[in-house]
Amino acid sequence: MGAEFVALSLPPMLIGTLAALACALPGNFLVLRRQSLVGDAISHVVLTGIVVAFLITGQIAAWPMMLGAAAAAVVAVTLIEVIQRLGRVDAGAAMGVTFTAMFAFGVLLLEQSDTSGVHLDVEHALYGNLESLIWLDAVGWSSLLDPAALAGLPHELTRMAIVFALTLAFILVLWRPLVLSTFDEDYARALGVPVRALGLGLVIVAAITAVAAFDAVGSIIVIAMFICPPAAARLMTNSLVHQVLWSLAFATLSALLGYILAGYGPLWVGLPNTVSAAGMIASVSGLILAICAVAAPRRRG
Amino acid sequence: MSPVELVARNDLYTDGGTAQSPLEIREMTVSYGDQPVVYSVDMTVRPGAMTAIIGPNGAGKSTLLKAALGIVPALSGRVAVFGRPLENARHKIAYVPQRASVDWDFPTRVSDVVMMGLFGQLGLMGRVRGLHQERVYTSLARVGMQAFADRQIGQLSGGQQQRVFLARALAQGADLYLLDEPFAGVDAATERAIINVLHALRDEGKTVVAVHHDLSTVRSYFDDVFLINRRKMGAGPIDQAFTVPALQATYGGRLAEGQVAQLALDAG
Amino acid sequence: MLADALLLQLGYNATLVAFGATALGLAAGATGAFLFLRKRSLVSDAVSHATLPGLALAFLIMVAFGGDGRSLLGLMAGSAVSAATGLWCVSALTRHTRVPEDAAIGAVLSVFFGFGVVLLTVIQSVPSGRQAGLEGFLLGSTAGMLFTDAVIIALGGIVVLLAVAVLRRPLTIVAFDPGFGQTQGLRVARLDMALMLLVMAVTVVGLKIVGLILIVAMLIIPAVTARFWTNRASVVVILAGLFGGLAGYVGAATSASAPDLPTGPIIVLTSFVFFALSMAFAPERGVLAALMRHRRFERLVHLRQGLLAMAQGQHVYESRTRRLLRRQGFMRPDGVPTATGKNEAARTLRDEARWQVVRASVNLSDLAMRDDGLTPTEDVLTADQIAEIDRRLGPPEAV
Repeated sequence: MGAEFVALSLPPMLIGTLAALACALPGNFLVLRRQSLVGDAISHVVLTGIVVAFLITGQIAAWPMMLGAAAAAVVAVTLIEVIQRLGRVDAGAAMGVTFTAMFAFGVLLLEQSDTSGVHLDVEHALYGNLESLIWLDAVGWSSLLDPAALAGLPHELTRMAIVFALTLAFILVLWRPLVLSTFDEDYARALGVPVRALGLGLVIVAAITAVAAFDAVGSIIVIAMFICPPAAARLMTNSLVHQVLWSLAFATLSALLGYILAGYGPLWVGLPNTVSAAGMIASVSGLILAICAVAAPRRRG
Repeated sequence: MSPVELVARNDLYTDGGTAQSPLEIREMTVSYGDQPVVYSVDMTVRPGAMTAIIGPNGAGKSTLLKAALGIVPALSGRVAVFGRPLENARHKIAYVPQRASVDWDFPTRVSDVVMMGLFGQLGLMGRVRGLHQERVYTSLARVGMQAFADRQIGQLSGGQQQRVFLARALAQGADLYLLDEPFAGVDAATERAIINVLHALRDEGKTVVAVHHDLSTVRSYFDDVFLINRRKMGAGPIDQAFTVPALQATYGGRLAEGQVAQLALDAG
Repeated sequence: MLADALLLQLGYNATLVAFGATALGLAAGATGAFLFLRKRSLVSDAVSHATLPGLALAFLIMVAFGGDGRSLLGLMAGSAVSAATGLWCVSALTRHTRVPEDAAIGAVLSVFFGFGVVLLTVIQSVPSGRQAGLEGFLLGSTAGMLFTDAVIIALGGIVVLLAVAVLRRPLTIVAFDPGFGQTQGLRVARLDMALMLLVMAVTVVGLKIVGLILIVAMLIIPAVTARFWTNRASVVVILAGLFGGLAGYVGAATSASAPDLPTGPIIVLTSFVFFALSMAFAPERGVLAALMRHRRFERLVHLRQGLLAMAQGQHVYESRTRRLLRRQGFMRPDGVPTATGKNEAARTLRDEARWQVVRASVNLSDLAMRDDGLTPTEDVLTADQIAEIDRRLGPPEAV
């Protein structure tokens, strides 16, 4: 049991948790800034970036794909801003135009190109493939102390850990100006805080997180984790610090419980196969939000 | 345009001594879309005075302040703060935005909002020390809100919200205070409290500029007025500039006759 | 090949699809226009993603009752129920908690979609589930569309269009000014509900052709496109319908003209091309027109300010103003006004002086509202009025 757990379940659980944490953290600010759907838009266009990167390099490699996805996110955010300002269209509609068109373009490219030999399709982009991120070198808990075995950990784990650390550093270092400009933009500007740059920085951090998480766990989790844990946490407390901590707790709970329910739940009710872990993690986060919406102490404004 | 204050200088920035105007604006034009809301306005604020910016709705009063602070982009115009470019003098300015411009459901407490006024001193990572806490509490005490320090901001009344905003500005320890409609929608007690604080600031030698709506209190609250209706319509000490003809020019037909009569009476 | 496609010469299936896509585009465009005018475009994103669990459950239920689970009507009914549930969640979260609407939309779309994916994996594990082909509803699949499917889609589109036509007036009022609608005795909440029902209907009807991820594009893009061409709400609705229908028709025909051109994405991209062209080139609200207007306006402001400064013997601080004055021949490179510059400055100063009289005058104070610092008095006053003002001002000052 121990060996199997360490090899098959531990890595995806860790990766899922790190992805959830890395998304929930900037998500707190996105939700407070009424930019929740920026995460949604970014996650849709990531597919396009990855396909373009694949067409240019001709291979499925992590870094070119991350770069392509990040570039697509920046293009999308710029396009939304341009349509909103120059076209005088409200933010929601500008987002709707941008991410659907870019997503459609990505799907078209995918259909047109020969990707039969590689693992690249729309379903993968949406659900990810958390279950396949296993640790073949592990023979048991002792492998956690064995450098040779540790080297065989899935790359996604290292990557997610780095991205989470980056996000954490961004939020911690810029905490004060972020809070200031989120609460009172005009006052922040009057103090000389570079409000625009800060806002763009937040979106870029969210994009990097989305891109890194997307490859491992798919876009559904990304969107759900940007929004559900912070929204649920907001209903728990009136202190921003506590809200962030609650959101991290909810994200962890969603990832772990979701993974366990997806892996073992079907066996308990007598179904032969496991179900999608990404979908289940998103569902659990929704369940947490629903519970908070009816029972949390600070649910009403 | 009164020629008195149009001193021909090649540069606004003199980095000069104490007689330097705390806020000098030249040829400021601001437009929303293709409609100028502030047009070619010059303004020179007298040091140590309380100045009211008055004018009808939509006359560009708030916009003038925001453009002076770089909060909204100006089409043209130059600003000097104590004889220096704005960017070198931001620490000398405390801005009090309109109450309605923020989301009061934000998860934070009264003392946290006032602490935001110390951002200039604390920077990104500076530790909050006892003296900073002290500063927050004395600022709150000056506006009579010390008992509310730990209160959630969503639970405050309009007047209390306005006092918290003023306390945040006080915590900055600035020399120039720019307030956008500080008396809008507040109770009488708050109005009293705010005006007392502002008068005390003036007595300490600070300069106060406030966008103001209520013509009936201009005379008792302020030293100077600045009349604006897209353009500058007049400026100067109350007894010279706050005149019935000037007001009529500023407000056009929108000044009720009773108001005019009352103001004429006040003027003696 | 494309010409054949546009003339519906590519056979039975292509014609069916083009027919359905056009009806769907018309209905989606017109419905989406109201959503856009109400500034709630992205609610449709929550509605469309929320259809997935309903699709899957409908399939499972139909299989449990012995069917093959692929009846389009059955699947549509299931998706409608779950879309309605999703919509209810959005409004409950917004109304009863402090969660803002955009977060509620995002939460519902991701959670419902996630749960739908869970159900899809359940379906794959039951016998007869493997061929369910429900994945086709994510991005639409038009291959092998049945005649009855096409009829259902076209009929659905027509019903939605009729409903929009009937409700267009109250919906417009509510979109423009809900408060006013209330005073006119309109039940705003009910009309909003009716609009959401229409959005749901479009989504459900469109699942087969464009799929649930891209159906929002058919609701949003034509409306935004139409807005560039007109300022009238009723025209926005009609134009949005036409743009939507045209995109549906051209997109479906194009996708039939070559292999590997998926119908849904091609329709969306066609729609986006209309959008991009409109945003760039529309005569009044288009970006090019707006940019040109704004530059002209900026020049006007700078020139007038510069001339006034010159007229009063002040230094011109702004380098851009100085550049413009020089380019117009009003100022020499060393900053000294030229003769024409002096004339123009005197004229501008005169105009300012006239405005001052207008503003101070009791009778003309209404006209003073038109003083934006740019309009010359000649545009506002009659020649007689100007003569009278000039008489009062005395002879103009020379500069």
